[in-house]
Order: sequence, then C-alpha cells, then structure tokens
Amino acid sequence: MSTDGVPGLVALVVVSLATLAIGTYGLRISRTTSDFYVASRSVRPGLNASAIGGEYLSAASFLGVAALVLTAGAQMLWYPVGWTAGYLVLLVLVAAPLRRSGAYTLPDFAEARLGSRRVRALCSLLVVAIGWLYLLPQFQGAGLTLTAAVDAPEWVGALVVGAVVVVNVGSGGMRSITFVQAFQYWLKLTALLIPAAVLLAVWAGDGSPDPHGGGSGWSMPLGTGNEGLYTTYSIVLATFLGTMGLPHVVVRFYTNPDGRAARRTTLVVLALLGGFYLLPPVYAALGRAYGASADDTLVLELPRLMLDGLGGDLLTGLVTAGAFAAFLSTSSGLAIAVSGVLAQDVLRDRYSGITAFRVGATVAVGVPLAAAVLAPDLSVARAVGLAFAVAASTFCPLLVLGIWWRGLTPAGAIAGLMTGGLGSGAGVAWTLYDGSPASWADVLLGQPAAWSVPLAFATMVVVSLLTREAVPRHAGRFMVRLHTPEVVPLDRG
Amino acid sequence: MSDPRPARVRVTGPPLRRHTPAARTGDIDEQTALGDVYLGSLLREQLALAARILGLLALTVGSLPALFHVFPELNDLDPLGLPLAWLLLGVLVYPWLVLLGLRFVRRAERNERDFALLLEVLDEDEP
Repeated sequence: MSTDGVPGLVALVVVSLATLAIGTYGLRISRTTSDFYVASRSVRPGLNASAIGGEYLSAASFLGVAALVLTAGAQMLWYPVGWTAGYLVLLVLVAAPLRRSGAYTLPDFAEARLGSRRVRALCSLLVVAIGWLYLLPQFQGAGLTLTAAVDAPEWVGALVVGAVVVVNVGSGGMRSITFVQAFQYWLKLTALLIPAAVLLAVWAGDGSPDPHGGGSGWSMPLGTGNEGLYTTYSIVLATFLGTMGLPHVVVRFYTNPDGRAARRTTLVVLALLGGFYLLPPVYAALGRAYGASADDTLVLELPRLMLDGLGGDLLTGLVTAGAFAAFLSTSSGLAIAVSGVLAQDVLRDRYSGITAFRVGATVAVGVPLAAAVLAPDLSVARAVGLAFAVAASTFCPLLVLGIWWRGLTPAGAIAGLMTGGLGSGAGVAWTLYDGSPASWADVLLGQPAAWSVPLAFATMVVVSLLTREAVPRHAGRFMVRLHTPEVVPLDRG
Repeated sequence: MSDPRPARVRVTGPPLRRHTPAARTGDIDEQTALGDVYLGSLLREQLALAARILGLLALTVGSLPALFHVFPELNDLDPLGLPLAWLLLGVLVYPWLVLLGLRFVRRAERNERDFALLLEVLDEDEP
C-alpha cells in the first residue's frame, strides 16, 4: 500500500469513531428518560428531518448519481429528482395519516388497517425483499470505495461495513440512532459541498474547460426514441411513488410527536434533500470537463484528478468520509428494519426476544453481503432503482388505498401486492440476470414500474370491489384515526 | 377495534368552554349519518388538496420528458449558460418541490383547523 491510501484510511477511522462517540452520547441521553420511545416521539422536526436525510442519502446518492450522469447525461438527473419528489408525494398522501395510524412498520400498518395476519405476512416478505435489494448496492459501494481509497480487494469494504452494521444493530445501537443519522446527513453534505466548491474554483482557474464536448445527447433529459421515453417515465413513476414504500423510511415517521409534526418534518426533509442533490451533477460535469473515467468511484477520484498534493489528499479524505457515512447510515437503517421484521415474524418461534433480533440482524446483513461479493458487476444506482420499482408496485398502492379508500379488503390487498410484487420482481430478476436492453421486452422488464404500478393499483381496487362484504368492520373508525387532527377528542379505536 | 359501541353517556356540569365540545364529536364517535358527513367533508378536502398538488407536480415536472421528446430542439436552448434540462432538473426543480410542499402543509393544516372549528372543539380566536 502506498501513501495514497492514507487520507482514505484516516477518513474511515474518523467517521467510525465519530459515529461511535455520538452513538454513545445518544445512548446516555436516551437512558435518562423513562421510556425511549416516548422520548423519541418528542424529536423536533429539524433534528428528525436531518436524521431522515442522513438515513435516506445512500451510496446511490453519494456515488451513484454523479457516475450515472457522467456516463449517460441529463436523463439520469431523474433519479435524484425522483428521490426528492418521492418525499413530496409521501408528504401529500401518507405522512400525517401514517403517523396517526400508530404503526411502527409497514406490516404493522397493514395488519392494523385490514385486520389480517395473511396480509401482514406478505408485507413482511416484501419488506425483507426490498430491504435486501437496497442493501446489496450499499455493500457493493463500500467495496468500491475501499478499493479506490486504500486499494483493498472489493470484498473487504463490503465486509467491514457489514460487520460494523451487525455489531451496531445487534448491540442495541438503535436507541441512539437518531443522533447518529442526523450527524451523518450534515457530514455527507459537507463532504460533497466543500470539495465541490474548491474544485469549481480550480475549474474556473483552469479557464473553465467546457463539459459540453462530444454529442448533445448528454444534455437531453431522456433517452432516444420511444424506448427512452418509456424508460424515463418508468423511472419517474418508480421513484416518485416508491419512496413511501421503503422499509427504513416508514419507521422514522413514528418518531414524530403527531401528524402535524410528521408533515413539517417531511417538508424540512424535502429542503435538505434538494440542497444535497444540487451537488452530484456538479461532480459529473467537472468529471466530463476533465475526462474522468466513468465508473462509480468518480466522486472519490475527481479531487486528485483535478488537484495535486495536499489539497487533493485532504479533499479525497473528505469525500471518502462522506461515502462511508452514506453506507453506514443507510445500511444501519435498512438492517434495523429488516431484522426487526425477521425477528418478529419469522424467528420468534425458534428464538427468544434479543436472540431473535441478533440472529435476524445477521441474516439481514449476511444475505445481501454474500450477493454483493458474488455479483459485483451491478451498477449501484441501478439496483437501488429496482428496489424503488418494487416498493412503488407493492406498498404504494397498499398505503394510498389503505389511507384514502374505506373499501380496501384483505383479499384485494393480497391480490394487488402479489401482482405488483411478481411483476416488478420479474423485472428485477431479468435485470440481475441480463441487464442489457435490446428489444422492447427487455426495456419493459428492465424498468417495470410504468406497467406494474398501475396493474397493482387496478388489481387491488377490482378484487376489493369483488369481495366488498369483507371490508373490515373497523374501517370507518380507522379512517377517523388516520385523518382527524389530534386536538379533536374522538374515539380512535 | 371491533368492540361493541360504548354506551352513550350524558355529559353534565358546567361547560368548560363557551361551546360544549362533546356534541358534534359524538356524531363521529357513534358513526351517525351526520358524523359521516363531518368526516367525509374533511376527507374530501384533504384528498382534493392532495390531488391539486400532485396534479401541479405532474403538469410541471412530469410533463418534461414528453416535452423534450416532442420538441427535441428545446435541448439547444441554454439560458444562463446551462443547457435547459440541466437548469430545470439539476437546479430549479428542488425549490419548486419545496414550494409545493410548503403550500400543501399550510392548506392541510388549515383544513384540519376548519374541521376542529366545525366540531366546535376550537374557538375562532384560538391559535
């Protein structure tokens, strides 16, 4: 290992130590309150929004977007736009009612709304599937980052992040996670903002070389032909509607004091995400101006490409720190969500409480970790995109119809979840197997959301209408709970 | 959740506010026709608001791929030295999303306040 690896290594150690220190501090605070969950329900919108942002901005946001935009141009800007707009859709359709439902996870919501264990079981299965699909690229990104930073083999980074997450989650780090996640949002923002500002100054000093060169397709916000139009709209639908169905997003809403605070928190999240996503395209444009190689490590390599000596080293350390914060925070959030479901719904019969959670955490991390090591070729943002497509085709119809339509029945929910899950799942399997779009069939399977989301909605509505007599008896009362402001004293069931 | 309805209790004693709160909430609690009207009005207001905001989102942001598909020459414009798509999707879309969100939050809170006023659990001059 040459001295090139020093900034990256220092960054990694500093991030890990800071994370642990803040975690310990948060643990102490939460222990002084009688009940952690009550304490966390008083989390103020500002802090809570930072935590949501910290958890949400993953490897795909930190590394993937810049690389995709460099490779394919403005059509890839739809990913960050969709990941932000997804929060607007979530705010408008589900934020306050979801908080008022009192559900802690998506399976909890499904069971409370529909009173059916079978719907709950299906939702648990989907949470695990989406969680794994989302964890996979986090581990891959970690491998890439460590390779770029200290020249380690790719499996090392994945293993390091996986191990840290298992230890963290397994030892009860969940109590302090709000502080850690909030810190990691600001770390990630700083880690992209400062290098971007310095590199823009360097770029201006170099006489502003033009990033335009080589074809105008780079500034076109969609691909060519009807396939391009379809693919773009499919990405738009998947990201706009998929955000609300991500397992680690829903859990956070429970930490708001009430429905009103849930809305305000989401609004702050919108602003935080928007601020962050201004930055990755800057890296893409600079990368193009300076002829950077187009792969997922663009953000990590750009500082040294543009700047020699100490300056380049310092900025490399900073972006490496941000990247590691991204892997740690997102995979911790996902691992908690997935291991919670595994422990509650799968392992409970075989193991006791804490053991079940620890076994759950190991399985939750182990499976996608193995997949990341065995199949290292999948593009980071692409895999995350598929997780969004599955979430949009399953949990989005369940949440939207469950919240706004009294007539949803358990049978309708199951049929819709199966249709959407199998449809988008076929797309995922196809892309993991062979991702090259050649014919229309490949295009339709590669980005399934544009057909699988409407199909899932339609199935859910039609089957619910056919089984009208099975509308849960408490549906009316549940609507009162979801939609009425807490100041009105009502019987909420 | 499927408990039998609680027995109706007559509230006696001096009212704590100028209005007696329990009267109209009782209709919702007992799911009378009038109660359904109250709840239905709130639900319709909130859903219409959501539809308006999402419609605006679809009309502005959602129409961009179609616009660029039909008029590829939009790609040649570069106001402020940035290609149009970059300016729209890389920069301007984010403040627009926040604005839409802000408008939604204000209106949704107003709808809830109106609902509370309707049920007479809030007074006009309360915050």
